[in-house]
Amino acid sequence: MTPIITLTGVQKYYGDYHALRDVDLTINEGEFFSLLGPSGCGKTTLLRTIAGFENASDGVVMLGGADMAGVPPNKRPTNMVFQSYAIFPHLNVAENVAFGLRRRSDLSKQAKADLVDEALDMVGLQGFGGRAAHALSGGQRQRVALARALILKPKVLLLDEPLSALDKKMREQMQAELRRLQRQVGITFILVTHDQEEALIMSDRIAVMFDGRIAQVADPQTLYRRPVNRQVADFIGVMNFLPATSTASEDGVDVQIAGFGAASVASEQCPGGMPTGDASVGIRPEMMTLLFDGQPSEGAVAIGTVAERYYYGDMTYYEVEFEGVSEPVTLSMKNLVGRPVLERGDAARVAWDPRALVVFEA
Amino acid sequence: MSLRAYAVAYLIFLYAPIFLLPLFAFNDSTIIAFPLSGFTTGWFTELTETPALHAAVKNSLFIAILTAIFSTLLGICAARAGAKYEFPAKRGILGLIMVPLVLPEIIVGVSLLVVVVNLLDWSLSSWTVIAAHVLICTPFSIAILNGAFQNMDASLEEAALDLGETPWSTFRLVTLPLVMPGIISSLLISFTISLDEFIIAFFLTGAEPTMPVYIWGLLRFPQKLPAVMALGTILVVASIIILTIAELMRRRGLKRAGLKDTGGFL
Repeated sequence: MTPIITLTGVQKYYGDYHALRDVDLTINEGEFFSLLGPSGCGKTTLLRTIAGFENASDGVVMLGGADMAGVPPNKRPTNMVFQSYAIFPHLNVAENVAFGLRRRSDLSKQAKADLVDEALDMVGLQGFGGRAAHALSGGQRQRVALARALILKPKVLLLDEPLSALDKKMREQMQAELRRLQRQVGITFILVTHDQEEALIMSDRIAVMFDGRIAQVADPQTLYRRPVNRQVADFIGVMNFLPATSTASEDGVDVQIAGFGAASVASEQCPGGMPTGDASVGIRPEMMTLLFDGQPSEGAVAIGTVAERYYYGDMTYYEVEFEGVSEPVTLSMKNLVGRPVLERGDAARVAWDPRALVVFEA
Repeated sequence: MSLRAYAVAYLIFLYAPIFLLPLFAFNDSTIIAFPLSGFTTGWFTELTETPALHAAVKNSLFIAILTAIFSTLLGICAARAGAKYEFPAKRGILGLIMVPLVLPEIIVGVSLLVVVVNLLDWSLSSWTVIAAHVLICTPFSIAILNGAFQNMDASLEEAALDLGETPWSTFRLVTLPLVMPGIISSLLISFTISLDEFIIAFFLTGAEPTMPVYIWGLLRFPQKLPAVMALGTILVVASIIILTIAELMRRRGLKRAGLKDTGGFL
């Protein structure tokens, strides 16, 4: 894997506000990379720093092996799809898509027209060239913005929350399409999003950001299964945190978990380091199973009481209270044929597997 | 019911004097009084045969066109700075630029006369009038252009930069076309303001009077009054046409930017 973008010690200040704090990041050629985080975490600032709309206050931005210090956006091998799509309202679709080709004097008029047709074809907008910008739907504007950026064959395509303005159905469709498009053109995509699900579905790797810092860079599965701290774990999906005490063992730690009991966990289940003494043990809702009607279990079982129950149709979510645990534990069960649904106040026998645990500093 | 009566009374109060203009402009009598005595286009013919008037109109057009261009150029700079950049005391500076909008014109006229004649020792000419008219028209230009610039999505300019254009070509290819309706609207409104402005022109005009100053001069001769009425009729019609175009341009600009109308001058 060849790196296409390398950020080293990048800082960004707006007056007193520290928007990017010591960001180190390497993004590879042909990768679908996401910058994920809550609003105000600096992910858009980081994207704009790569694009050249913001200049890093300190640190080095390398793009395709060249230092980008002082290089304006129009001289960078990146193109951007803006959150608002920024479709030029005074130009039609074909003119919008052809905008970046204006300075390509080596191309004949016909060659440019062919490139525009090809780009429109690629995003599924065949025959839309003559359409006025204001006559487009949200999804179509998105596609025009994509075609306009991709026609220049940039080394890196930057996408600033491109799907946030679309309704749910259109968003899901575009997620699949963006993924397909990225595989087809093979260039690096960097997606900014606050939607963890979107990042998990689409990305090869994800950087999670909080307060201008990168908290973790990992592929989706690692990020979901082995978050480095509670903040990341909490932002990606749902995770229950149980108070525990931890002591070092041969290959990892032994934990005594409130309400659940003792368990031995491997060192790789402590992605943020192995704590000793007070610790916090995380477990995802789908990693626990309710046992019905005296169903036997081979593994560990914890006994609690159903405090609340949410029926979603395909799934049922339970909040289960355990002795010694102040917060109820959320767990989810698929509603399979013949599987009963417990009611509030019912006793809950919860089977859990130590391999599903993640151990954090308390 | 009473509201309707009020509205009607209000409209009569507002427009009756203006409707008297064409009435007497086509009335075949030198005396401005009822009853009307017959239809004539003679007063309009008289206008075409008055060389002094033609000189005044030409002078006024010259002043109005240059005023419109200068104040719109200044307006573009101020509105763009206000919309795009942050600088110290920005609100205060932009506020002060707008002050001439509410300054009494007589004060502006007198103080400019003092500056031009007593301090700078320049002779009065069309240029001094232009300078003064630019002063009072620029706030209008800024107000109109502010809307145009602020309504523009900043990412449009960034997109053009991102697609390889320089800051200058971005301004030419993206910004200018998008604010063009605002620019035309600003040109037309400052043109209209300058064309019929009297007080400042009266103070600062040199040997060549502007049209309003010329009209004022005519009032000393009662027999010229119907010709003034005819001239006034032409001015009212022209003003209405120009301001309508200006407003249509403003609305077209909003539509082009895909925005809702938040009210303009008209």
